[in-house]
Formats: sequence, structure tokens, C-alpha cells
Amino acid sequence: MPDLVVSQGRSHQRVSTAYRRRYRRGVALFALFAFPNLALIAVFAYWPVLENVYLSLTSWDFISPAPLFIGLENYIQMFTSGTFLGVLRITLIWVVVVVGVCLVLGIALASLFSMKLPGTTVVTGIVFTPHVIAGAAIAAVWLFIFDQNYGLARVVFNAVGLSSPAWTTDASWALPALIIVSIWKGVGFVSIVYLAGMQGMPSDVLEAARLDGANRWQLFRRIILPLLSPTTFFLVITQTISAFQAFDIIAVMTGGGPASATTTLSWFIYDQAFNRSNVGYSAAAGTVMFVILMCITVLQFRFVERRVHY
Amino acid sequence: MSTTTVRPRPTDSPAASPPSTGARAGRPKIRLRRTWWAFLLLVATALVFIVPLYMLVTTAFKTNGEIYAWPMKFLPSELTWANLSTAWELAPFGAFIKNSLLVTAVGAAAKVVLAVFTAYAFAFLPFPGKKGLFLVMLGALMVPGHVTLLVNYITIGNMGLINTYAGLILPGVASAFGTFLLRQHFLTLPGEVFEAAELDGAGHFRKLASFVAPMSVPAIATVGLVAVIDEWNNFVWPLIITNSVNMRTLPIGLMYLKANDGLTSWGVLMSGTLIVVLPMLLVFLFAQRYIVTGLTGAAAGGGR
Repeated sequence: MPDLVVSQGRSHQRVSTAYRRRYRRGVALFALFAFPNLALIAVFAYWPVLENVYLSLTSWDFISPAPLFIGLENYIQMFTSGTFLGVLRITLIWVVVVVGVCLVLGIALASLFSMKLPGTTVVTGIVFTPHVIAGAAIAAVWLFIFDQNYGLARVVFNAVGLSSPAWTTDASWALPALIIVSIWKGVGFVSIVYLAGMQGMPSDVLEAARLDGANRWQLFRRIILPLLSPTTFFLVITQTISAFQAFDIIAVMTGGGPASATTTLSWFIYDQAFNRSNVGYSAAAGTVMFVILMCITVLQFRFVERRVHY
Repeated sequence: MSTTTVRPRPTDSPAASPPSTGARAGRPKIRLRRTWWAFLLLVATALVFIVPLYMLVTTAFKTNGEIYAWPMKFLPSELTWANLSTAWELAPFGAFIKNSLLVTAVGAAAKVVLAVFTAYAFAFLPFPGKKGLFLVMLGALMVPGHVTLLVNYITIGNMGLINTYAGLILPGVASAFGTFLLRQHFLTLPGEVFEAAELDGAGHFRKLASFVAPMSVPAIATVGLVAVIDEWNNFVWPLIITNSVNMRTLPIGLMYLKANDGLTSWGVLMSGTLIVVLPMLLVFLFAQRYIVTGLTGAAAGGGR
């Protein structure tokens, strides 16, 4: 490649002036081409992380002239208040159930798709569709489905002799309702990623196992699942990160309620800052989310190196 | 050609064709007799995803009398535009659509342009410490967007851009993933073509405009379509950064409609929802392959 950085000192004599001029022009052009984007990334992706940590050590309401430094008080208040611990508990349930069910259903669907039955191509397109639709729109549709009196859920519940609960306004049904919607939105994507993983598997290995008399379950358990472990790790991480940040479905369907039954960490961060103007407190919760997600990412890298292969 | 698989493979052409192990599987008819249960599952799966969308579309055009009838009327006996016009009266959908179109078009275009130029720089131009800089850029992918909301709101506020189009668009146009995708693609292009052009004295702008970009149309289209979907569906940022009804984008407008009327009239809310959903459904229908590749891109392994 012509653009390998020329180590200026050593090759000074040998590099012709024409080459040096070209190199310098290339560097200038690099700055012109790449710096606008890099500057935006610095300002809107990296700076917020640092500033967020600083804000988490302050108390501010957006209005008073400057944030007031209060040390770790926000964190102390957070981890000693039942409210925030409740938020973490709800977030944990939300993330584990949504990601877990999406992965299990996703791999089941991918297995179904990989049988290449007639119509599979159409169905893969259909299950992927929710992934390209606005979460706010999906939330609106499911609000109607969950309508206690006129929604589709009532048809299902009546069919088994029950009456439909007051999904989004009943504290014990609201979180399950959101989880169902989130799974419905996410499972298609997971299944398509798994399907791609299955199609990339060496067919001679599968063939050999089949010839050795492995049945369908053994084939899945002993060959396919281990071969898919890189895909599974990728999905666990990306789905966990996006489940932590899920927002639009919650905002439209429940707004964190009823009685904070659906207040996940992401809703809490938004609510504290933009509904209650507790900037420092929201920043502290944001920092907690950042640390959790960083730990998961680092964990992924360590795992991927050690264990992902079969 | 199959349109949904991530990697185009010779074996996934028409769904009805026998699988790659066709010789062993025998004639399709016999196969189907043995796998009827799987076919049933396939149909059930499709229904789980189609029925909610069917409810959305039909309810948008049903009369209130049929929406609020029990047992549920799955098939509307008459269709009406009344819901749509009520939605339009209750909320300024004209403004919502205009805002969404503008933010999506300008935001996605800016993102693609930035990604193309940055990717070109990282692939073909020299810079001291370029590799490190590239890693720093990739590191941005690990920053969770939700954590940046508060500070970005303050930053945009300090720039005086709250409730403006610039404020809506600016933080979203930075592109790390698109840049990564395109840079990897650019590096796979055959170098001989460029070398010939360089000997002819073509500068970098010419090289980008006449060779690199035209040879990368599918990759650029993928980045662009993913950007369009992201911008159109974006929810939390427009919610925070705009504060007057007339600056809202469609997804926020939907929440506004719901607050104003929704829960008392499902037909009205569903017709508003249909306006939000329909454009992306059409985009998906026509560009499914690019979109699936783009959205699952990182999953396909090794930065394809």
C-alpha cells in the first residue's frame, strides 16, 4: 500500500521530493475527508461519556447557572434507595427474559427455516419486518391488541375460558405485556442471524454426523449448537445491549408505569433528566448503565478468545 | 435469488426448490408429506407476525361500529377514510410527515457522505497514527447511545439548536459503523484499476468519484438504507430535542395523537400508525436484501 506511514527520519534522503509532496497532500486530504466525521464522533459519542461522569457528581436542574459539585452523593442516594434497586431488578428481569426468549425462539425458528420448506423465503421476510418498523408504531398496535374489551388478546384469552387482563394498567401485567411486544419485535432479527450462521456451517461435518447415525436432536445438540457458539455470543451481547436501552415501546405503552412497574434503567435515566430535571441523578444512573454495558462488552471479548470455539 | 439470506448462496434460490441434499431427500411431494408438521409451524409463525399487522391495516379503515363490536369482526364489511381525516384534525400530520421526510433525507444523506469520505480516507490516504485513529473511531461503537442523550441535549442546547432541524439531525450523522463497513469494502476493490488511473494523473477526488464510489454502489446503498430506517424510526432523540408540536417527527407525533385521542378511538390511532409504518414497509419490500445484509452485517462475521 502506498500510504504506509513513511518513517521520516530514516528514509529522508531516499524519499524523493515528489513523493514527500504527495504524502503531505495525502495527509491534508485525509484531514479534510475524515476529520468532520471524527469530530462529530468525538463530540457526540466520546465527550458525553466523560461529561456524564462529571455531571453524576453534581446536582443540577438545567436552569441554575452551573452544576453544583456534590461528590458521590447521587450514587450513595441511588444505592441506598429502594426505588433504584427496584429499577435494577426490573431491568434485570426485562433483559434476561427478553434476550433469553429471543435467543431460544430465534434458534428454533432458524432451524425451521433451514429445512427450506416451500414458502420459507416469504416467511423469513415477514418475521424480519418488525425490525424495520418504528418501535412507537409497534407499541401503538399492541396497545390495541392488549385492549381489555376490544383487543385481539381478549379473543385468545376467551378461547381458553379466561377474561383478558388490564394489560398495561395492571402493575402485574404491564411488564409481561412489554416483554411480549419486545420479543415479537426482536425475534425475527435473531432468527435471521442464526439462519445465516447455520448456512455458513461446513456441510461435510453435518453430513458425516448424519452418516454416523446421529439423530436430529444429537445433531443439533452436539454439532449445530457448538458450531453456532460465535453467533450466540454475538447475539447475547448485542441483544443485551439493545435490551438495556429499549425505550420507545416503554414510552408509548406504559411510560414506566403503572406505579413504576415498568421503569427500567433506560426509562429511569430519561425520566429523571427530562421529566424531573434531576440532571445529576440521571447522569449517575447513566454512568451505572455505561459501566454495566462496558463490563458485558469486555466479558464478551475475554470469552470470545477463550471459549467460543468448539 | 433469495432475498433474505445474508450471504447469497447458490442453494437458496427459489424456496420451493429441493435443498442442497436434494438427491437424498427425494421428490418434494414425499418430503412435504413427511414434514407437514414443520410446514404447519411455518404457517403459524407467519400468522403470529402477519395478524398484528393485519389488525393495524384493517382497523385503520374500519368504522367505529365494527371496531367496537364483540365478538370481534375480523373482516370489515365497509371501509372508511373517517379515521384518517380525524387523525389529521387531531394532530398536524402534515407537519409530522414533512419533518420526518426532511430529517430522514438530510440525516441519511449526510451520514452516507461522511461515511464514504471517511472510509476513503482510512482506506487510501496516509496519516500518521492512522491505525490507532481507526481503532478510536471503532471504539465509538461500544458507547451506548442512551448514555449520551443527556449530555448531547446539553451540547445542542449550548449551540442554541434545541427545537431546530439542525439539532434534530446533527448528533445522528456521525458514522462509525457505516465507515467501518465501507472501509472494509473499499479495501477489497481491485487496486490495478486505481493504479492505472493514478498513472493517468487522476487525483483522489477523481479516484473516489469515478472508481471507488461506482464500484461500491451496493455497499453504499446498504449503509444508506440502514441510515434511512434508523432516522425514520428514531424516537428518543426527537422526543428530547423538540418541544413544539410542529417540530415533532412521526413517531413522536404518534404519541401526541395517542395522548390526544388514541385510547378512546383505536381507528384513529391505527390510521396514524399506518402513516408511520407504511413508508418503511415499502422500503423494506423493495430493498429487502440490502437491508437484511446491512442490519445483520456485523453478525455475518469478520466485518463483511
